[in-house]
Formats: sequence, structure tokens, C-alpha cells
Amino acid sequence: MNQTNTVEEIVSQPYKYGFVTDIETEKIPKGLNKEVIRLISNKKKEPEFLLNFRLRAYDQWLKMEEPDWSGLSYTKIDYQDLVYYAAPKKDIKKQSLDEVDPKLLDTFEKLGIPLSEQKRLTNVAVDAVFDSVSIATTYKEKLAEHGVIFCSISEAVSKYPELIEKYLGTVVPINDNFFAALNSAVFSDGSFVFIPKNVNCPMELSSYFRINSGDTGQFERTLIIAEEFSSVSYLEGCTAPMFDTNTLHAAVVELVALDQAAIKYSTVQNWYAGNEKGVGGIYNFVTKRGECRGRRSKISWSQVETGSAITWKYPSCILQGDESIGEFYSIALTNNLQKADTGTKMIHIGKNTKSKIVSKGISAGKSKNSYRGLVSISPNAVGSRNYSQCDSMLIGDEAAANTYPYIQSKQPQSNIEHEASTCRISEDQLFYLQSRGIDFEEAVSMIISGFCSDVFNELPMEFASEADKLLALKLEGSVG
Amino acid sequence: MNLSNSEILLSIEDLHASVEDKKILYGVNLIVREGEIHAIMGPNGSGKSTLSKIIAGHPSYKVISGSIKFKGINILELEPEKRARIGIFLGFQYPVEIPGVSNLEFLRVSTNSRRNELGKSELDTFEFEELVTESLKIVEMDPAFLERSVNEGFSGGEKKRNEILQMALLDPLVAILDETDSGLDIDALRVVASGITKLSNPNSATILITHYQRLLNEVTPDFVHIMANGKIIKTGNKELAMDIEKSGYELINKRTKKKEVAK
Ligand SMILES: Nc1ncnc2c1ncn2[C@@H]1O[C@H](COP(=O)(O)OP(=O)(O)OP(=O)(O)O)[C@@H](O)[C@H]1O
Ligand SMILES: [Mg+2]
Repeated sequence: MNQTNTVEEIVSQPYKYGFVTDIETEKIPKGLNKEVIRLISNKKKEPEFLLNFRLRAYDQWLKMEEPDWSGLSYTKIDYQDLVYYAAPKKDIKKQSLDEVDPKLLDTFEKLGIPLSEQKRLTNVAVDAVFDSVSIATTYKEKLAEHGVIFCSISEAVSKYPELIEKYLGTVVPINDNFFAALNSAVFSDGSFVFIPKNVNCPMELSSYFRINSGDTGQFERTLIIAEEFSSVSYLEGCTAPMFDTNTLHAAVVELVALDQAAIKYSTVQNWYAGNEKGVGGIYNFVTKRGECRGRRSKISWSQVETGSAITWKYPSCILQGDESIGEFYSIALTNNLQKADTGTKMIHIGKNTKSKIVSKGISAGKSKNSYRGLVSISPNAVGSRNYSQCDSMLIGDEAAANTYPYIQSKQPQSNIEHEASTCRISEDQLFYLQSRGIDFEEAVSMIISGFCSDVFNELPMEFASEADKLLALKLEGSVG
Repeated sequence: MNLSNSEILLSIEDLHASVEDKKILYGVNLIVREGEIHAIMGPNGSGKSTLSKIIAGHPSYKVISGSIKFKGINILELEPEKRARIGIFLGFQYPVEIPGVSNLEFLRVSTNSRRNELGKSELDTFEFEELVTESLKIVEMDPAFLERSVNEGFSGGEKKRNEILQMALLDPLVAILDETDSGLDIDALRVVASGITKLSNPNSATILITHYQRLLNEVTPDFVHIMANGKIIKTGNKELAMDIEKSGYELINKRTKKKEVAK
């Protein structure tokens, strides 16, 4: 028996979420220019400041070069050949779920995200985003009782413009990078979360992104604000149909934590990865950044990345407040010709700031899985500490794993520790489990789960089992 | 003890096997019946662990010729997990560490796979904890070991106890214990030995691979086999083991050879 092949077969379960919902959409014509931006802004009835924000970003974007430093090679994207706005035709946002097109509700139900009163998940509020539009948010009233705002960003723009104006673009500036600039110019929808002072959000918040159209760029924008002494745990999930073209997904996520606030942001990413020959799949170029603006604030990123043809993503923390804490827990599973270049940046600015990085990369097939991390300690960040641990697991002989830790320390009184390892699933481990009656497939998935356990433990309770099934996403082909 | 009327559990005939193109076993014959305790002794590198791994189905070892039957059924084509489920147990000379996998969950999944084969109901976490608490007593193991990762950071002796714990849970028909006594202190040896004794029953058999008489003082073997250069060169009773302890393999090897020449 050739064990390597068999392990690869197990990791290569077909994608389960590749269906397309047949629904009439309204799309604006392909191409990008100022008129298109005005059109988007107009369709969304946005205030002046936001249109200006978009136009400024567009001007910046024109001046920028698409990055190629991430060591990823891919077919270049023709930005004039993309559609920048698509929405289900029958009205955009409904007052109640009964009015939402049943096809859309069905779609989400098929994805394991039931939205209706009877079936919806208990203790998790969900914002369901279909192509560029948020179609429903559950438990809004219950959250409102606590002063928590959870809605689509479009809704927030019209209802709470002052919050948007105050915070949007303050963590990821419009000229931060090529894709962030593009997103700032054309972002369509996404989620908005506001947790007022002294409130611990009573339930998990979750956004579920579904790409449906093939030629539409996806530009979600997420903004989460946690005021003083508040806390929230937020989860993002994503899937897309199987198209043989590549779809661009360039989201921006901004988190702001004020004094003693805590934000936990978890992602389970299962975009379509393309087929085994590398045709199709999502280009996932995402800018995620959190700013620990207040003293003793804490931002924790955990991510489980299994999909996308190419992932380029570095959720980061700016540790501005003294004694603030940044954490990054990541599992990235790549297969076939997938490429993932992911990692984090921990920017220590405040005194006695702490950061922790735990990254687990699993590469199978001919995939390429890289960890790229930056730990930067500024002269002011006296007494700061970082601990990084990057482990890679290789399946088969053709997969590659790389680790690029960059360290910039301008503060001698700081402490940086880095550990890295690479392993393979050993035949002896498999045999040991099998000799205890555990079948091969389960043995493989147990060993991979074990390898990832440090990160699993960081995922929110409600998603713990889902996360275990994550492997699942690829190993057993089923998702809860 | 004459048990020749009881059912044959394991029969190995003229087994030749290799690993990585290197031939290791040169015609092993062995018959194990219900209720018997066998000891296999022999110099380092003689092929004892190889034989045990082949019985359990390790994929790296290739059987060139010969047969292994379990209750009359050829098992050479069975996956290792199937062999385990029908009642073949291998206590490893070097138990493997599996980081991040909870020992408790591992034991539960493993136990359920065997129960499933026996037509018994699956145990949920709660029911399993009850069962495992009882089994822990046999090996005098601290329940804290259930919370840790499989064998990870266990001391040599703790790993061996964990093997016996698995044997207790899986309730095998043929248990092969590969040097389960090596690296144990006196107390641990007694615990392991009494565990083996408690777990053996008239319907099952045990094969002890060992280098030392001290285990055999606690668990009396019905047969003692000596393996050298990939073959069982001599079979006797417990006195043979004592003989080895006194004279070493060299002498016995010579005597055997002389006899062969004399023939
Ligand atoms: N995977 C392997 N690759 C190469 N050689 C091997 C492998 N496994 C076993 N061998 C060789 O086969 C021979 C028998 O090894 P085995 O482990 O069966 O001996 P043993 O009788 O159990 O010895 P000990 O008493 O030291 O445990 C040794 O020479 C060993 O080096
Ligand atoms: Mg051995």
C-alpha cells in the first residue's frame, strides 16, 4: 500500500459547496473608473464623505503597483474585466426574513447556516452576505437590548454615519497596499460591529460570506469597534461555487479595541480552491488588521484556511496601548496547486506589550504553504515580548512549506522567541493508531487534528466541533 | 501443561519476511492455542519485533512466503485496523507519541472500534470514562494520563503501562507484548505482570517477548521459544528461560548447532 498516496486521497475530498444559486442579479457593467465608483456610491445612497473616501482611495490605487513580493506567481488580474457591483435583483435588504428570497435562504441552509427563526443557530448571531450584499442579520433585536450594533456596513453607513466616519480607514489607511486601496474605492458590503463601553457581547457574532457570481470581484469591508472594557467574539465563514475562472476576493477588515477591550476574530475560510490542475478558484487577497488602541486591550486572530487558489493574508495587530496583547493562531491547509502565503505582523509600540504567534501549516499535493511573519518592536516598547511558533506538516514529496520570520527590534529590553519545526505524518504514528483498530482515514485525520490542537483550542466554543470538522472541510468532506 | 486440545488461535507457518529489501525472517513456525502463555527470547536483532509487527500488519514489512492464520483465517491481506478489531493486540517495544491527540479520546475511539466488531454498543465519553477508570486500576495509573496527549512526554515506564491499559480495554484474543518489561522498575514490573495475569483468560493467549527471567518469574510461560537469525531455533518450557539466564544465547546456540550436526 502506498501510504502517501492514500493520505493525499483523503486530503483531496471534492469541494462540497460548489453549487451556484440561480438567481437574477443586478450587475453594473465591467470596468473601473470614477464613474463606476460614483455609481456604486449612488446605488448605496452614501453620504458625501464616503464617496470622497472612495475617490481618494481610487486615486491612490492608480498610483500603486500590484505586489509581487509575496513569492506567489499567478495569472495577472485584468481589473477592467471585473464587475464591481452585483446584487440579487429583488430588492436589496428586507425588513424581515419572510421577505427574503427563499432561494437565498435555501442557499444558506445548504451551507449549514440556517437563518429562519426556527432553525437558526442558538447563541450565534449571523450576518449572511450573498455576493456583495448582506441579506439578513439574525438576533438584531436581542443584541440591541445590550446596545450592541451588528448589521451590514451599508446599513451602518446610513444609520450610524458618525461612527463610520470616525473609524473607517483608521486602521488600514486607504493607501496601505494595492488591494486595500482597491477595496476602499469599491467596497460593496460587509459587516459592522459596535460594542459599547462595559458590554460583553452576549453572543457570538458571525458573518458568512457567499460568493455566487463568477466574474464579480468581491470587496467586503468589515469594521469592528470595541469600546472601553467591552468584549466580543466574531467568526467569519466563507464558501464559493466552482468556476473555472478565478474570482478576486479583496476584503479589508479593521478592528479597533479601546482601553481593556478584547476582540477575538476567528475565520474559517473554505473558498473554492480550483481543481487539481489549478484551474479556477478564488484569489484571496485580504488585509486584516486590528489596533489595540487602548491600554491593556487585546486582539486575537484565529484562522483556519483551507480554501482559495491563492491566499495572501496577514492578519496583524498594532499594539499601540501599553500592556496590550496581540495573538495570532493559524491553521493553513493547502493541496493540489493551492498557494498560501499567510502569517501575521505584530507591531509593538506601547510599553510592555505582548504578542503570541502559533502557526500550523499543512501542505499536500504540489501546494505551497508559506508562513511570513513580522515582529517589530519600536524604541518605546520597553519590556515587550513575543513568542512565535511555526510548525509545518508535509504530506507527500511534492508539497512545500516555507517559514519567513522577520524580526525588527529597536528596543534592547524586549524579548523575542521563535521556534519552528517541519514534520511529516510518520508511518509509525499511523501504524500505532491502526494497530488499535482505528482506520487509516481516521488515523490521518486524528494526527492532523493533533498537530493543530494548539490552534483548535483557541477557536470559540460554538465552533470547536466545526473547527475539528474543518479538516473535515477537506478530510471527511462534511461540515456541521 | 497439555492444552493441545484447545483451539488454535494463531498459527504461523514457514514465514519469510523482509524490510527494505533486507531479509529478516527465515522460516518462522509458531502455534499458539487458547489459554497459553508463550515467551519469545533471543538476541538483539534476531527478528522478534519484526515478527510481532508482521503479525499486527505493519505496512513496511513484506511477507515473502509462508502464512499467518488467526483462528484458521489467513490474515495477511487484512489491514492492521481489522486485525486489531478481531482481537490481535501488539504492545509496542517503543510506543509512539502522537502530539495533540488526547489519550482519552484515542482510547475511546480504539475501544469502540473493537466493541463494534464484537457487536457491542459504542460508548460515549461518559460511559467510557467509567470503563477506563476501572481499567486504570489494573495498571495503577493516574487518571491524569488520560488528559495528556498519547504517550507524549510519558516516561518509558508510563508508556508501557499505557500499553497494558490499552490491552485491558481492547480485551484481545492474542496479545503480543514486545518487551513490555524493559525499562520498568521493580514495582512497575510487578504491576505490569499482575496486569497481564489478570487480563489473561482461558479463551485468550499471550506472547511475551522478553530478555529477562524476572518477568517470567511473575507470569509463568507454558512455552519458551528462542529466536536467532530470523528463526525459532529452540522451543522448551520455563526451564529453558532459566537456562538462558544462566548460560546466555551463545552456549545454547552452540548446543543446538551441535545437535543439528549430530543429526
Ligand atoms: N525498518 C527497518 N529498516 C531496516 N532494518 C530493519 C527495520 N526493522 C528492523 N530492521 C532490522 O531487522 C533486524 C531485526 O530487528 P528486530 O527489531 O526485529 O529485532 P529484535 O529481535 O526485536 O531485537 P531487540 O531485542 O533489540 O528488540 C535488525 O537487524 C534490524 O536492524
Ligand atoms: Mg525488539
